[in-house]
Amino acid sequence: MSLLQVDDLHAGVDGQAILKGLTLRMDAGEVHALMGPNGSGKSTLANVLAGRPGYEVTSGRLSFKGRPLDQEAPEVRAQAGLFMAFQYPVEIPGVSNMEFLKAAQDSHRKANGLGPESPVAFMQRVRTLTEGLALNPEFLKRGVNEGFSGGEKKRNEILQMLLLEPTLAVLDETDSGLDIDAMQTVASGVNRFRSANNGVLLITHYQRLLNHVVPDFVHVLADGRIVESGGKELAHALEERGYAWLTA
Amino acid sequence: MRESPLDIVDQEYRAGFTTDVEADTLPPGLDEGVVRYISEKKREPRWMVDWRLAAYRIWRGMAQPDWAHVHFPPIDFEAISYYSAPKSLQDGPKSLDEVDPELLRTYEKLGIPLHEQGALAGVAKAGNVAVDAVFDSVSIATTFKDKLKEAGVIFCPISEAVQEHPDLVQKYLGSVVPQRDNFYAALNCAVFSDGSFVYVPKGVRCPMELSTYFRINERNTGQFERTLIVADAGAYVSYLEGCTAPMRDENQLHAAVVELVALDDAEIKYSTVQNWYPGDQDGKGGIYNFVTKRGACLGRASKISWTQVETGSAITWKYPSVVLRGAGSVGEFYSVAMTNNRQQADTGTKMVHLGPDTRSTIISKGISAGRSQNSYRGLVRTSPAARGARNYTRCDSLLLGDTCGAHTFPYIENKSPSATVEHEATTSKVSDDQLFLCQQRGIDPEKAISMIVNGFCKDVFRELPMEFAVEAGKLLEVSLEGAVG
Repeated sequence: MSLLQVDDLHAGVDGQAILKGLTLRMDAGEVHALMGPNGSGKSTLANVLAGRPGYEVTSGRLSFKGRPLDQEAPEVRAQAGLFMAFQYPVEIPGVSNMEFLKAAQDSHRKANGLGPESPVAFMQRVRTLTEGLALNPEFLKRGVNEGFSGGEKKRNEILQMLLLEPTLAVLDETDSGLDIDAMQTVASGVNRFRSANNGVLLITHYQRLLNHVVPDFVHVLADGRIVESGGKELAHALEERGYAWLTA
Repeated sequence: MRESPLDIVDQEYRAGFTTDVEADTLPPGLDEGVVRYISEKKREPRWMVDWRLAAYRIWRGMAQPDWAHVHFPPIDFEAISYYSAPKSLQDGPKSLDEVDPELLRTYEKLGIPLHEQGALAGVAKAGNVAVDAVFDSVSIATTFKDKLKEAGVIFCPISEAVQEHPDLVQKYLGSVVPQRDNFYAALNCAVFSDGSFVYVPKGVRCPMELSTYFRINERNTGQFERTLIVADAGAYVSYLEGCTAPMRDENQLHAAVVELVALDDAEIKYSTVQNWYPGDQDGKGGIYNFVTKRGACLGRASKISWTQVETGSAITWKYPSVVLRGAGSVGEFYSVAMTNNRQQADTGTKMVHLGPDTRSTIISKGISAGRSQNSYRGLVRTSPAARGARNYTRCDSLLLGDTCGAHTFPYIENKSPSATVEHEATTSKVSDDQLFLCQQRGIDPEKAISMIVNGFCKDVFRELPMEFAVEAGKLLEVSLEGAVG
């Protein structure tokens, strides 16, 4: 059984068709990079997978660990192990990051029939993860993403991924807007996360991140469909030649 | 189709039951005879009945205020009964043992046990709250009286204070909110039935939290309680007020007056969690909460702090205020006002700076959901004598959905050239993006909204006594129930 199976997916937002027959299959233990020019539908795929309100599947099939996703609420998908790192994480003023992380973890545990983790164990785990991502522990007390720099917001997304241990992580342009140090921190977070039991779908515009997180597969998305798939060398070819030769 | 995360569904008002006790209720209508009847029931001295009658005559000549941003059909004051008391209490309870068990069960059900080993709802450990329970027009029990007496603190029904401590009552009653202050206050002065009286003597720190719990039970009755709290020089007291009423189709009037007096270096902290029945989804029924609350910082370096969490009432008209007379005195107002369905709230504060170096802080958080209207109205006034006075106002509104309204009406009258007055205001919406972020992390929308709203209110909840802060958070959750679909 595949981790993720997308068959001939047609989907859009607000009545506008964006994905036009996308097919993709991922197994556990794999890192897939999804590249493509602006407007090709990369972020739409991430949002459709996560079930964001407003995104509609018009035809095709979508299944995660063998279960169809179409009808499931976003929180149910998340609890089942589907994680999305946001391209633009929003702020939630007044709700501390710690409180938010606890609520997120509790809901995941509850869905799996577990009670909340002991506060001490939870706190220690979060502290360790925070240090690993070079985040100031003070940031746990601040409101969710409130006044965070772009880099801090993205590292916070990775922190949430590491804490919640999803089986499929979809990273939507997590590398955009990062300086080289922040990118390396994010990349090492992803490398620490990847294992034989989970999958990562890296959505990126640039090849840069793929020097640090080496993908097993690279796909090129253009006008709502995957037009080329290959190994990591495909990313290098794109870096040199751009997308035009594939989309012409 | 895009599902709105903020659809309204059923919500339950958990305090909406009625208590079946035989009551002695006056027929509806108001004239001097009714005022005299109430006064006789309370066996009041001459000065008290004269004071009431004077207020009644003033009230007859006044008109209902119409400036608030609330809408309701005219109230027929002749259709209200002005006195109702459970029959078993006609001669007043002598001790808890004499209180009708049915009444005790009512408070038990509301989570307000009136045994002295008990405490406020869900706070078994605290055990250190003295309660005065007012049922319709009478106080049915006051706990921990003896322990307070040891410390010299007087905490009793105001009807009892009129008998036992006439000098104090006569000196301070009406000194902060006079009979002609406003329409509802004048009415209250004429017909007030019961309420609490607190006196904390010089230099005494009240050894426990004091609390009054108001319950309207009888149909077609109004509740007109009167609270008077006096903190003598150097005294400190923290006082909590809670209220509920049964679910009824008709509107019921609650027109209370609260007066606080703080002398030199004294501090009064007054916290309210107001959960009157708000009416149903279509706006049928519910309490009209038209209340006058004011504190006077008479002494130098005295302090009065109002903290309110308002989730109930069909209509709220309420401006807990502080008159800062003593030099260096401090006034604070921390408020969370939540409205849902068809509720209307026009609430805020007045900070009147008369003395030099007086300071005031106003933090107001309004949350509107459903088809409700939520207004903040606040006045900051500095007199020429208020040299170096300072005010800071922060006024935030949070909207849930797009069928509700939030309004801000700040009034600043600054006559002191050396005063500093700051006002900040924000309006925000719980955005679909915030909700989706929470959902993507596995948090269901109901929990997410409650978390976001609690975060929004944090600055105010911090000011509540611990046990009340927990209650307030829970109450908000109940009021939000159904604000998410």
